[in-house]
Parts: sequence; C-alpha cells; structure tokens
Amino acid sequence: MGKLRNAKELQDLRNKLLAEVDTNRTCVRICMTGCRAHGAEQIRDAFNEELKKQGLDKKVEIRETGCHGFCARAPVIVIDPQGIFYQQLTPEDIPDIISQTIENGEVIERLLYLEPQTGQRITCERDVAFYSGQQKNVLHNCGIIDPTNVSHYIARGGYSALEKALFSMGPETIINEVTESGLRGRGGAGFPTGRKWGFVRSAAGDTKYIVCNGDEGDPGAFMDRAVLEGDPHSVLEGMLIAAYAMGAGEGYIYVRAEYPIAVEHLKLALTQAKELGLLGQNILGSGFNLELKIKEGAGAFVCGEETALLASIEGRRGMPRPRPPFPAQSGLWGKPTNINNVETYANIASIIINGADWFAGMGTEQGKGTKIFSLAGKINNTGLVEVPIGIPIKEVVFNIGGGVPEGGKFKAVQMGGPSGGCVPEQYLDLPVDYGSLEAIGAIMGSGGMVVMDEATCMVDVARYFLAFTQTESCGKCTPCRLGTKRMLEILTRITEGKGSEGDIELLIELAEGVKDSALCGLGQTAPNPVLTTIKYFRDEYEEHIKNHRCPAGTCKALISYYIEPEKCQACMICARECPVDAITGGKGVIHVIDQTKCSKCGNCLEVCPERFGAVTKLSGVPVPAPVPPGTEVIRKRSKASE
Amino acid sequence: MNEVTLSINSQEVKIREGATILEAAKSIGIEIPHLCYREDLPPTSACRLCVVEVEGARNLVASCSYPAANNMVVRTNTERVTKARRLVLELLLSDHPYDCMTCERSGACDLEKYAYELGVPTTRFQGEQHAYPLDETHPFFVRDYNKCILCERCVTACNEVQFAEAINLAHRGFDTKVSAPFDRSLLDSTCISCGQCVAVCPTGALTEKTRRFQGREWELKKVLTTCPFCGVGCNIELNIKNNRIVRVTSPPNSPVNQGRLCVKGKFGFEYVHSPERLTKPLIRVGKKGEGKFREASWEEALDLVASNLANYTENETAVISSAKCTNEDNYVIQKLARAVLGTNNVDHCARLCHAPTVAGLVQSFGSGAMTNSIGEVANASCILAIGTNTTAAHPVIALEIKKAVRKGAKLIVANPREIELVSDASLWLQHKPGSDVALLMGMMRVIVDEGLLDSSFIAERCENFDDFNKSLNKFNMDFVEQITGVPREKLAEAARIYATNRPSTILYAMGITQHSHGTDNVIATANLAMLTGNMGKPSTGVNPLRGQNNVQGACDLGALPNVYPGYQAVSNPAIQEKFENAWECSLSPSPGLTLTEMLDAAHQKQIKAIYLVGENPALSEPWALHAQESLRRLEFLVVQDIFLSETAQLADVVLPATSFAEKDGTFTNTERRVQRVRKAIEPIGDSRPDWWITCQIAQRMQSRGFDFTHPSQIMDEIASLTPAYGGISYERLESGGLQWPCPTMDHPGTSVLHVGIFTRGKGHFIPLEYKPPMELPDKNYPLVLTTERSLYHFHTGTMTRRVNGLNTLKGKELVEINPQDASTLGIADGDMIKVASRRGEVLATAKVTNVSPVGVVAMDFHFAESPTNVLTSPALDPVSKIPELKVCAVRISPANGKK
Repeated sequence: MGKLRNAKELQDLRNKLLAEVDTNRTCVRICMTGCRAHGAEQIRDAFNEELKKQGLDKKVEIRETGCHGFCARAPVIVIDPQGIFYQQLTPEDIPDIISQTIENGEVIERLLYLEPQTGQRITCERDVAFYSGQQKNVLHNCGIIDPTNVSHYIARGGYSALEKALFSMGPETIINEVTESGLRGRGGAGFPTGRKWGFVRSAAGDTKYIVCNGDEGDPGAFMDRAVLEGDPHSVLEGMLIAAYAMGAGEGYIYVRAEYPIAVEHLKLALTQAKELGLLGQNILGSGFNLELKIKEGAGAFVCGEETALLASIEGRRGMPRPRPPFPAQSGLWGKPTNINNVETYANIASIIINGADWFAGMGTEQGKGTKIFSLAGKINNTGLVEVPIGIPIKEVVFNIGGGVPEGGKFKAVQMGGPSGGCVPEQYLDLPVDYGSLEAIGAIMGSGGMVVMDEATCMVDVARYFLAFTQTESCGKCTPCRLGTKRMLEILTRITEGKGSEGDIELLIELAEGVKDSALCGLGQTAPNPVLTTIKYFRDEYEEHIKNHRCPAGTCKALISYYIEPEKCQACMICARECPVDAITGGKGVIHVIDQTKCSKCGNCLEVCPERFGAVTKLSGVPVPAPVPPGTEVIRKRSKASE
Repeated sequence: MNEVTLSINSQEVKIREGATILEAAKSIGIEIPHLCYREDLPPTSACRLCVVEVEGARNLVASCSYPAANNMVVRTNTERVTKARRLVLELLLSDHPYDCMTCERSGACDLEKYAYELGVPTTRFQGEQHAYPLDETHPFFVRDYNKCILCERCVTACNEVQFAEAINLAHRGFDTKVSAPFDRSLLDSTCISCGQCVAVCPTGALTEKTRRFQGREWELKKVLTTCPFCGVGCNIELNIKNNRIVRVTSPPNSPVNQGRLCVKGKFGFEYVHSPERLTKPLIRVGKKGEGKFREASWEEALDLVASNLANYTENETAVISSAKCTNEDNYVIQKLARAVLGTNNVDHCARLCHAPTVAGLVQSFGSGAMTNSIGEVANASCILAIGTNTTAAHPVIALEIKKAVRKGAKLIVANPREIELVSDASLWLQHKPGSDVALLMGMMRVIVDEGLLDSSFIAERCENFDDFNKSLNKFNMDFVEQITGVPREKLAEAARIYATNRPSTILYAMGITQHSHGTDNVIATANLAMLTGNMGKPSTGVNPLRGQNNVQGACDLGALPNVYPGYQAVSNPAIQEKFENAWECSLSPSPGLTLTEMLDAAHQKQIKAIYLVGENPALSEPWALHAQESLRRLEFLVVQDIFLSETAQLADVVLPATSFAEKDGTFTNTERRVQRVRKAIEPIGDSRPDWWITCQIAQRMQSRGFDFTHPSQIMDEIASLTPAYGGISYERLESGGLQWPCPTMDHPGTSVLHVGIFTRGKGHFIPLEYKPPMELPDKNYPLVLTTERSLYHFHTGTMTRRVNGLNTLKGKELVEINPQDASTLGIADGDMIKVASRRGEVLATAKVTNVSPVGVVAMDFHFAESPTNVLTSPALDPVSKIPELKVCAVRISPANGKK
C-alpha cells in the first residue's frame, strides 16, 4: 500500500479490502492483549501448529485481536462466522476445537460459558449476558480486528470520518458537531469536549499542540489500555480530526511505559498511518499536516493530571501547575494545547460519521453516548464493559457483571478510582451519570468500578486508597503532601484499633480542607474515599474506634482466630498448616492458638474441615481462655459416630 | 494597559489586567498570607496558604497565581478561608522541628510569622516526622531538610532565575524533598553556588555557614553597597554584627542585579576579615625583594614615602592606580601623579583588559564604554557574545543572556572554546584564537553581499563606509574559512541571524581585546553594529564587559596616561588650563607612559620610583618574570594594598589600605552606572582608606587641594571638572546609581549612548585588515595557550584565594587540554604537567576536557602557585599597548613524579 494521495484513493482501497473479505471463511479471534497473561499466546501457537498439521492453515484465519472485555474468562476466543464463544481455554483444548468445531461445526459444550444465573451453556458471544447488555461504540473494533493491521481498520470504515472531516466539513463545523453531540471528556473531569476544542481553536498563536492523555493510572482501570491495544487507529483518527479542527500541527500521545503492547501497537499505527499518507504532511492531499509523537510516561499517577502531563512531555518533573492559564491558552511550551483522554478521541470518528444527533440519542441529559467501565473486585465478570451513560449501577454490577461471587453479599462499589467514592447498596438504582454520582460523593471518573462485598472493611478501603494517593502525590502542595499523609496515619491507627474519639471528626475536617485547598485534581479528590466511607459506613469506623471491632473481619489488629474446644477434633490439620507454629496440641489433644504467635493469616479457619467448623474469627470480643488443664484430651469417639 | 474591576471583601478594586488577586488585594492594603510566593519569583502556588474564596469557584483558589478578573467577588477573610489556612500551617508544623530558639531564621521566618499571626501554636496531627541529617557538604551553606516546607522557592530561583538547574523536587508524597540530581551532593551537580536558594528560603532550611550563631536576624545591621568583584556592579548588603560581616544579601529591587548574585558576590567576603590583612605600615628591612619588613607608624611611613618621592624627577616616577579602588581613590591618585609629581605617568590595569575598547570605540563612536545597559540584554532578539565567557566572568550579565534566550532570542557564541554559554546558543562559531577580525569581516561581507545592511542608517548616521566596504573585498569566504576555521555556511548563518533578528546586541570581553590587534577587533564589532543599524537603540549596540569592579571608573577618573578625568586629553591646552586653574599648579601636556611601558622603562632604569595602589603586576603582567625583574630594579617602590601581595613583597614601603567594606566611595560599573560604596565596618587594624593615604602623601609633599575629609567632597570636585560626571553627587546617589553621561544635577543619566547622534557626530567606519597573532605555535611550542577566568576567583586571587569556600570550589590552576592532545602527550586528567613558553615555565594540573579544542590549552591566572603570566606574551597592540594575553605558544610535558 503506498501513500494515499486523495480521498478517492482511500475509498478505492477500502472497497478493494472489502471485496477481498470472505465472510464464510472461518476466523478464530483470539484476544492477544489482556488474555496474554492467561496463556493466549500458547493458544494461538497451538492453533497454528495444529492447523498446519492438518493442512487447514490456509482455510482458517487465526486473528490476534484486542480485548474482548470478558477478562474473568480468559483466555477467550470467538469462532466466526458462527460467533461461537469459547472461554478459559488451555492448549489441550485446541485439537478438539479444530476437529470438532472447525471441521465439523460441532459445538464443544464444556468450553462454552455457563451463565450462572440461569445455569445454561451459551454458544454465541452475543447471547452471553455480559455482552448482550452492552452497547459497543468505542469498543466496536476491539476484539474484532487485528489492531496491528491497518487494513482491518480501514475495511471497518476506518478513516472515513477523517475523510469526511477534511473534505466535507470545515473546522468550525467539526467543532459544532462535537459540541452538539454533548460528548464530555472521558478522563474524569467530564469537561465538554467541543467547548474545549473551541477554546483552543480561538486561542491566539499559530503553533498549537494536540495531546492524547493515555496515562491511565487508577487502580483497576484499563479501558484506555484496551482501546490503545485493540484499536489504536481509532485514537489516531480522533486526534487527526481534532487537530484539523483546532489548527494544531503537532501532537503527542502520552502513554504509560507499563503498557508495552499499547506502545507497540501505537508505534505501528503511527508508522502505518504515515506510510498511507494519513499522518504527516499534506494528509490525503488536503494540505493539512500533523506530526504525532509518542511520549512514554514513567508511571507517575499524577502525570494523568493535564498540567503535570505537559510538564512531563516538556522533560520536566511531572508536577501540576496552577490553572489558569489553562492548557487551551498556554499549554505545551506555552502554546495553546488540547488535551483529551484516549476514550474521548476514540469517540470522535463515530460522531463525525453518524452525526451529533445519533450520539446525543444515547445517554442522559447530562451525559451523552456510552462509557466504558472496568469491573473489578468482588464481581463475577471482571472485565471491560461499554454501556450507555445513565444505565443503573445495578444493571452493570448484577446483569452484566454477574453479581458478587460465591454467594457473597454486595456492600458497595467504588466508582471513579482513588478520586471517586464508595456507592452503597441503597444507591444501586442510581443511573451512572456525571451529576447523579457526584451528588452522592462519587464520580464517573475514568470509569473504574471496584465491587466490594461484606468481607470488605470500608475503613481499610479508605486506607488503601489514601495509601495510594499519598505515595502518588507529587509532593508539591501542602494539603496533598501532608494532608493525605496525616489522613492515612489516622486511618491506619483506626484499622489497628488505636483510633480515638474525635478521629472521625478530625478526618472529616482534614478531608474537607484538603479537598477545598489542594492544587490539582489529585489532591482535591483524594479525600473522596474517606468522606464517602464515613458518610455511608460511619458505623464501621465507630466500631473500630469504640469497640475495637472490625465488622468485616479483615483488619488484622482487630481480629483473633479461636479454636472452639468443644468443636475441635484434634485432627492436626490446622496445626500443620499454621505457618508460624502458633497452634499447640497434638493428636487427641484439643488445639489452642497461641495468640501471641498468631500472624492472623486465616489458614486455620480455611483448612478446618467444614464438618468440624471449630475455628472462628473473633473481633471486638476477648479471646476466651484456653481449656483448663486436664481437660485437653478429647474423649475418643467411635468411627461410626462421626 | 487594560484594567479590571473586582470586589475584594466588598471593596471595589481596580487593577491592571493580568494582575493576581494577591496583588489586587495588596493594592488596597489587604495582606494575604503566603509562604511560597515571592514578588520576584514566578508563582508555584504550592503552599496554599494564600487561598481565598472566589464566588462561583468550586474550591478555594490560590490568590498568588489566580488572575483578577472583571466582576470577580473575592473574600479573603471568611471562616472557610481561615480554616484552610490554619490547616495548612498545622500540617506544615506537623513535620517541622520546634527548635526556633536556636534557628537562625527566628524573627525572620515566614512560617513562624504566620503561625503567630494566625494563632497556630502547635498541631493536632501526631505522626511521622522527617529526621534528615544536616547536609553540610556545600562549603558556603547548610541544608536542613527538616525545616524545609517545600515551598519550591529555592527550586524556582535555581531553575528560573539563575538557570542553574541544579536542584528540583525528588521523590513523591510525604518523602518529597528538594534534591540535587540522584540525591547526591550539590558539588556533583550543576550548582554554581550563587546562593540564590539561600536568599529566597522562607525558613531556616538554608543558612549561610558564616552567619550560624553569629547574630539573630534583628541584630544584623544591613549596609547597602556595591560588590567589589567584576564590573557588573551588583548591589549587595553587608550584614554586620560586632564589626564583622556575617553574610551578604542583595535587595530584590537592586537596579543592576535584582537581588541576583554570583558565588563571589554572595559568599566571597571572608577575605575582609582575613588574619593576613595588612594592619600596619611596613618598611623594608631586608634586601630588596626579600619580603622582610618592620612595622612602622603612619607618620614614619608617610614621611618616608613623601620624602623619597620628592627625590625623583617627573620622568623618573610613575603611579599605578587600581581598578579595584573607588572613583574617589582613583581621582586623588591621578591628581597626585599630575599635580604633585608633575607626571602623566599614571595608568592602571585597564591597560591589560580594555585599553583597545577605549582606543577603538572612541575612534568609531567617540566614546569607549558600553553603548547600552545590562538590563537591555534580556530584550534583545539576537545576542552575539564574542570573546566573552560571560557565565564565568560576568555571571549576572550571563543571566540576562539566558533570560533573552528563554524569551526566544537567538544567541550566537563566538569562542574557540566550548564555554558554558554554548549550551544556550543557537549557533556556536568555534573560530581559531586570534581570528576575530576575519570572522567579523566575513560576517559583514555576507551582510553586504546579501543586502542585509541598514543603508539608511549608514547614509544618515555614519561616514567612511566606502573605504570600509573596499576593505571587505579581501575577506572572501575562502580566505575567511581558512583563517577562522569556521565553515562558511555557519558564518553566513551567523551573519543572517545577527542582521535579521533585531534588536541585535554585541557583547564582548577580553577575548576581543587581549590581542596584538585588539583595537582592530574592537573596531570590527563597531563596524558590524553600524552596518546593521544596531546602534543608538535599546537592546542594541556594542557592549564591552569590563573586568574589574571599577575599571570603568578608574578610566573615567583619568587613571590613564593621556587623559584627565572624563577622557579629557592632557595634550589639549584648553583642558590643561582648566585643570591647572582648578588644581592651582602647572601640568604637563605630554602623555605619560602606559603600564606596560612603565615596567619596560623601569627595567631600563629610566623609571626609578613607583607608587602603586592595589595592583599585582608581579602576577598580572604578561611575561611576569620580566615584570618582576623590572619592579626589583626600581630604586623606590611603594605598594598600597590590603594584603602583602606578590608585588608588595618587592616594595620598600607597604601602606595598609582598607577594603571596600571599610570605606565610603563610588564604583562605576560596566554600564557606566556610578553607585555608592558604603562603609559598613571600621577599618581593620591601622589600615586607612586609599584616598586618605594618597592625600596624606600629597599633603606631606606640600601640595594644596588634598585636604578632603570625606569622599563626597572628592566627588564634588570630580563633578566640577568632569562633564560626564557633572550631575553626580552623593546626595543624588543615595536614591540609586546614575549612568553617565550625567552632565547636570537635573539630568537623569543615560542608559543608551549615541541615540540620534554619535558622541563624535558621525559613526566612523574604519577599514580593517587581518593580522595574525604575534606568536603562533611552531615545532618547539606546538600548542596555543589562551587565558581564562574562573567563576570562583578574581584577578590574581589576592582576595578570593583568602576565602576558604572558594578554594574548596576551585583550589588550583587547571590547564584545560583536549583529550586528543592529552593522549598524544601521554597526559591523564589530574596529572601534574609542565607548561613552558619562550619566557618561562609553570607547573599545574591537567584537566582533560573537550571544552578546549585540539591544539589549544587554557589557564586562569588566579593562582600564585602556578603563575600563568610567566608564560604569556608581551607582544603589544600598537594602538592601545595591550599585551596579547589571549594567544601565545607553549609546550606541555608531564611533570615527572609530581602529582
């Protein structure tokens, strides 16, 4: 493929590529991004080897795609044209798949997904509840195309939005369209994208920059990663349209170095786009120029903050600076700069192609379109989901997410990462939307959803997030550097049972002070997990402080393991499994946990046979004294009575 | 300028657009507490103490950076604001030591101040506190990170004021700290030891070592004066307790330096209190040159001097004045020479630095000084820095260059060596030593050929262009490339950059002047500036950077053999008459000997007696062995100094003078700014101010007109006889310096010369020819030696070598040699080597570095242990009589067995 000199050559190429597609050909789509950690490469190799052995390698396409979203069932594949969905595969399954499914069209029951709610095996991906509840717009290529093959992207309509933007719309029209669509920044703050573009376009100066924020840092968030890995050209296309609309000639994609596949795919995409004349000088003969560079971030969470990100690109320490001036007025090297998140740019092409009305038709009054969420924590279907904004939380957590595993009870969902808040059960019906979440102290953020069950201590959750924000604070402003540290210390004391009266009030005062006076978004939102957990789970805090009890039973300092003498069968299992030899007693002698030695790992509780149930976890109550001397020996029971 | 109107605490405020809320509040008397903000630094908004409530804003905003806007409603005193501020202080105090009783900053600590004002005596937060060890690795200041509140003032000062980029924040979260790269010592970083970080620190985290336990903030008396090092003329405050300087500070509003200093200005004052200071007059007891003396009373010493000087005719005596002394000192010294000794044999070390500037620029423009001012450099669009290692020799002017570069100016550095400034340059012309005329003429040839000249300026304001233009013919690109070693494309690019980025300014120093054709070099710069019309406008011109603190003033005040104060020719009968009337004596109309000529005459025993003030020719003269011999051959040598210098050791009588800290007077800096020197401490021992000593000698020689009781009276006499200084008086100088020409008492001084008309009328184009240096390398002496200045030392080191910290930062002569030459000679970095020229040899340590090009080695001349000038060439520029200190031929060999 040579340089495309005009729009017609792009159309011709697309038509040619479409004509070459054989819709009847068998295609095995293997997730080669997230599923790699679960052995996707071995699955692919097994397929290639086996197909070659059977002489089928020409007939069957093995396509390495981006993330399919259903990470909980990794590694996953889909066999087209039927759309058969196999999951949790091992290389040993492959010969069966080839001989039975590919050659004979038979579905292998054991490899199908079992819908836990209905107990049914589901054959096709689209029928799995995890997928059927979603609306894939941004992710419409993810898991479908080979992200390293630009032909796939073009054949799926890729770069037709660029073509339309360059040749049928002026910059103003583009910005109007994006404004009308109601698209808001997907990075967290939710600023209206079209308005931001308008600021940059009208900012004074000839040199303008365009930046893509791919510094996804929230614990448990991986939507940008999936897009960059699975459909990098969609981000480029969005940036191209944005740059054209704003008059930017140079740009950067800031991506974490910890995302090696994303970096690799992006680099490849840039090369391909350049070769095709879709990037660089005189793009598609339009006279529009854009040079893009990749800047690999070194893993500082704060570099997701736009001014810190710009400082990092400039080669300075990634630290936020006060705004105003906003980057739209004075950004990279003091020039007007537009910064959008990966997911934001990935929305652009579809808005240009389908129009603002189409986009605004999805979502709510405040939030249009779809949003990708990453489901993590105590949830069956961990993975990535894309849903229309405004869908009830319950729908995401229970229908798509499959609810809490092992019969656990839902307690809360942490939304928006460390900047977000915990949403308790009472708000499960709340629509996932900017305003509604903010009203209860959480945020949409970048789309992280961490589900917690009854065994999660909410004080500990707050402590966890504060530990994160404290170590990731750039250290520049006092409230964030020292405020988060002092909050973390108070929270730690509480989880250690050393909390005192007034700690909750002091925490609230600190949290509100930090929120109100910190320099950047990191500091201003860091207290959110503390404030929401206090708001919705204050009783848990109070239990820790007043009764030295951790209701969830997870704060080690507040729990004890105890062997009930009347239930102990002196079987020695727990004593053998104790890593610190804290359990005394021998064969026929009741076991006792030496509380001074116990490391509270919980092994004893786990290994004590269910039929005995002798080990219990105590919190907030003293551990009963060991059985008096002379009564340790267990009266022998006949085997029959067991 | 547009104004915005806003409301602060229900008061209406009008302020310029772009001003911050903090500034707006201040303008109506509302003080907003702040720790990280400083008026003279860009805001970081890190401390969050200055937060205020803005109606409509979701969070509190930092008033130090938030711009005031129309219709904004601000409240600075609500409960929400106070609560946030108190929280900030409580948080800071939760990780801060409570050792205020021994903290140097107590009483001037901003944290203490606001804790007091906001009533935050302690903190509710009990948690981890840092316990960093005290960092005492820097010779001049202590870093106590435990007291650091991470306001980033030091970081901003280092990176954005001094552009040193030595420190920044390191680590994250609670462990964030200010650090040099990789948490190593500052001495391993790009730190230039300027102390700007110390100056801006709001707490006791950074403290000068000299002030520790030497006085609390409120006990220190601050005396505003002028720095005694280099010609920049930075304003400094000597902080005094018990007649001792305990530290130096600089007011942020100082006109030349805006509070910025270099390492010497900030920390180089220890010599004032050196136990080696001369405290009594000394009379020689041993043989000449043996350095044996006995102490004497002032009466005895002065009588001896007066009676001896009276024994010689005017042709047998000479006076050497000093660029380190005040204007008043210089005035009375040259007056003594002319009115008492009857000779014009008076000169000073300007002969060794900027004599070609005076000679050259007077021919071209009519006035031999910086045409423009230091502050204008930052606004230039192009700076041609030729023959100036500005960061080392004029550090604060280098900051103006760097500021300009950061604002987008093009910097062209022309220097044979890869000096520090090259890293900021758009273009570096690495020409061969001594090829400046060819380089500049080559650039002018390109400008003429490409039509980039300013024809109307040339036509209207200049003369003799055609003759000059003809002289360009010889400088075709083949010739220029061959002479300079600079590729023609680079040279052409330099010409285009200089000619098309207006305003363009030229800065030069001794790389231009210290040549046997130094005057030609100077004229070449003048031609270039006129050719492009870069004259007589702000941020343009030809700007010689004068070396010593008062070398401009010493020249201005007539410590030169051919002119009276104000460059009034001794050969002009009308001028002679004016001075004869004023001084009530008859004066000689024949110009005297220059410094270099005096020493030659002494060698030939024609000059028999010299009265020498504050100079050290035994080390500073080229061919030093010859100079020393000349001094030895004198019948009578009087040396007036603050230390027993190498020259003083050869004297018959040594008179102890006071340092700058012990006397009143004025210095004139390189941009012609006359500034006050103020007495801060009583004289050390029995030392006396130079002017007083000179007047005592004159009075003992029965002369009238030397009965001054205060330097201000001397300045009044100067003003009455020197048109350029006519409007200068101590009274006026109280409120700041004045730039000459300042002819009348109501004249505001002159920042840009030659506006509208050149001093001499028309700018004079002078044709030039290329002349090679007098001594070129050959088989026996294959390397070129060029001389340099170190940032850490001054002149022959009499003062700076007596500052321990400066010796720590640079303690010995380092011969900079290219790795290729070093390897050919079998020399490794740090080896002791022998450097020999036709005139002598010295031992010094080799520093193997790419800074020196192949074939060129460089040495300072600050170290008596390795007296570089033993090697240098006495070849003179025929016009200005400056020796060719920048080029001589040497041979280098390993000094066996010596490390």
